[in-house]
Amino acid sequence: MAMLADKDRIFTNLYGLHDSGLKAAMKRGQWDGTKLLIDQGHDWIINEVKQSGLRGRGGAGFPTGLKWSFMPKADSRPSYLVINADESEPGSCKDREILRHDPQLLIEGALLASFAMRAHTCYVYLRGEYIREREALQRAVDEAYAAKLIGKNNVHGWDFDLYLHHGAGAYICGEETALLESLEGKKGQPRLKPPFPANVGLYGAPTTINNVESIAVVPDILRRGAKWFEALGKPNNSGTKLFQISGHVNKPCVVEEEMGIPLRQLIEEHAGGVRGGWNNLLAVIPGGSSVPLVPAELCQDLTMDFDALLKVKSGLGTAALIVMDKSTDIVRAIARISYFYKHESCGQCTPCREGTGWMWRVLERMAEGRAEKREIDLLFDVTKQVEGHTICALGDAAAWPVQGLIRHFRDEIEKRIDTYHGGHKEAAE
Amino acid sequence: MAVRRLHPDQPAGFAFTSENLAWVNATISKYPQGKQASAVIPVLWRAQEQIGGWITEPAIRVVADLLGMAHIRVLEIATFYTMFQLAPIGSKAHVQVCGTTPCMLRGSKDLIKVCKKRIAEDPFHLSDDGAFSWEEVECLGSCANAPMVQIGADTYEDLTPASFDALLDGFAQGMPPKPGSQIGRTASCPEGGPTTLSDPSLFDGSRVGQWQKRLEHGSGGSAPAAPATPVAPSTPPAASAPPASATPIEGSKPFVHPAALAAMANAGIVKELEDRGSAGGKPIPAGELASLAQLARVKGPAAFGAKPDDNDGVKG
Repeated sequence: MAMLADKDRIFTNLYGLHDSGLKAAMKRGQWDGTKLLIDQGHDWIINEVKQSGLRGRGGAGFPTGLKWSFMPKADSRPSYLVINADESEPGSCKDREILRHDPQLLIEGALLASFAMRAHTCYVYLRGEYIREREALQRAVDEAYAAKLIGKNNVHGWDFDLYLHHGAGAYICGEETALLESLEGKKGQPRLKPPFPANVGLYGAPTTINNVESIAVVPDILRRGAKWFEALGKPNNSGTKLFQISGHVNKPCVVEEEMGIPLRQLIEEHAGGVRGGWNNLLAVIPGGSSVPLVPAELCQDLTMDFDALLKVKSGLGTAALIVMDKSTDIVRAIARISYFYKHESCGQCTPCREGTGWMWRVLERMAEGRAEKREIDLLFDVTKQVEGHTICALGDAAAWPVQGLIRHFRDEIEKRIDTYHGGHKEAAE
Repeated sequence: MAVRRLHPDQPAGFAFTSENLAWVNATISKYPQGKQASAVIPVLWRAQEQIGGWITEPAIRVVADLLGMAHIRVLEIATFYTMFQLAPIGSKAHVQVCGTTPCMLRGSKDLIKVCKKRIAEDPFHLSDDGAFSWEEVECLGSCANAPMVQIGADTYEDLTPASFDALLDGFAQGMPPKPGSQIGRTASCPEGGPTTLSDPSLFDGSRVGQWQKRLEHGSGGSAPAAPATPVAPSTPPAASAPPASATPIEGSKPFVHPAALAAMANAGIVKELEDRGSAGGKPIPAGELASLAQLARVKGPAAFGAKPDDNDGVKG
């Protein structure tokens, strides 16, 4: 597969090598004929986004245009667009680059998406730690207001206000209903559904929540056409995507590539290859910490898209690739992820609140070998009791990495248990 | 979840400075009337900044009264969100070391060792001179620049124990180094320079306006304009076309990510509600809910009126 051509890239200032100000952004083609796009009408925008095949970039991959079409066309309540910039999934660091280096893409996308859904107000919810990113975005918003691109009586003829809001360190607020709770001034605990946000969302009004990247690609899709976007990538997995490569590679980075790029090509062309060479690869976590790991033997011909990764019982998630070479203590690496979920459980549902801590404690023992072999099956069984039994997907996200570990590295856990028990037997004799 | 409690020693009172109070009022105005509780996190954050890095019990009361909230609700916020510090922090720096797996793989444990040695054995304890404190935090979203720490508003990335040590020296002397990568990288660009974005036409303004012909001839209706002009993007360049070998996955039902499945089921129910004209949200009986979810599972997005070619391209 050839590398994505520069002219097909959307995030042209991904690394901040150029000016992120409004003027320079316009020179790169942003805010170019936005009025013309708005003149095509609400439904034209939604249809183009539908036809482009854009799937949500926040992890679940739900078709964005379809999501928009669920918003009511006439309602006495105001409609809201809420942009999820609570980027907290371990491994993910893509929205950060949009927020601080290409913020006008997001603001223009927010206007177009809000217009499509007949919303006049948009809130961007940033994670609390992204302080500099929030400042950068606020500067960009102020510039857009000053240039009358957004605001009341703007040049586009659609009154539109955009406000920044922030959290204060809670991963769970990336879950869309927890985000709404937090935005309303409460603890970020996910809501029971139904009702769903498109029906009863922020302040009880129709609301759509989209990821930063999903919104930021919209202006380019509309300008260049749905067919341009759809032709990139693979069927059902169209377009370009920001990939984030971290862990044991020579040159970790964020890069925009075509969906469906082979994993190996992605690592070798952009991230300088696996530390110690491709054969030194142990496993990858392809989509942020919540998806199950994929062992090296399945990575050879693996492509980075929703469907191919689901086929190896993992997922594309946020396309945050965590690479682990053979020096990795894989049990501890996954145990650390378990600790993360234990720490971030909101405590609302018992299976998650109790289960995440339980799974972490057992994994810590297993990392030392201080466990019994029958506990491996017990642990797997517990993950199955957490998965699918909670209000939100954090329970699933906590269960999947553990399941992936047991599925592919059971022998490693058993080896540790044998070693530990062997050592203690000798000590006893 | 973590158990977080207020500090046993609390000051007598708290009041916002007039400058901060003006800021608070401006923040409240971002939200609809009567929804001022929305401002609780930003306002509490401002209080923490004014106090010098932590949240006191009097501040919680003041913020609650200001926003018309019960005191307990703001106490909940202060204890739920972990960026609110509940005890005094180091006067020169509170170091937040990211310890989550991507940073751990690249050596965050060694950074924590430096903290233990230089600052205090345990997190949230002040160093002997009161200038430093540290904690291990969960993923800070800079994974391509791991390992990293955040101090105040800034991140310091691509650290080694040695450069981290130097960083702390800088803070001790009141001369912290430049934030960002400590090995000279630009943001998350690959070390040694970008592998992409070298085409000068992206930056010289030559692309502006090119695409507009596609729409100017169109009617503005629901169908995209006819691709009559040479710049019509409907024929993608060969380089970016999907490879001919991109074969659909065979013999399988449409693949749907479990989380997407839930969203789809949700979406279906919203549609259902709209069709019934009950936008107010009449409850759906549990049995019907299950059958909708089942429908989503079997048929995928197509079950809810999506055109098959929209998102159902993978077919057996």
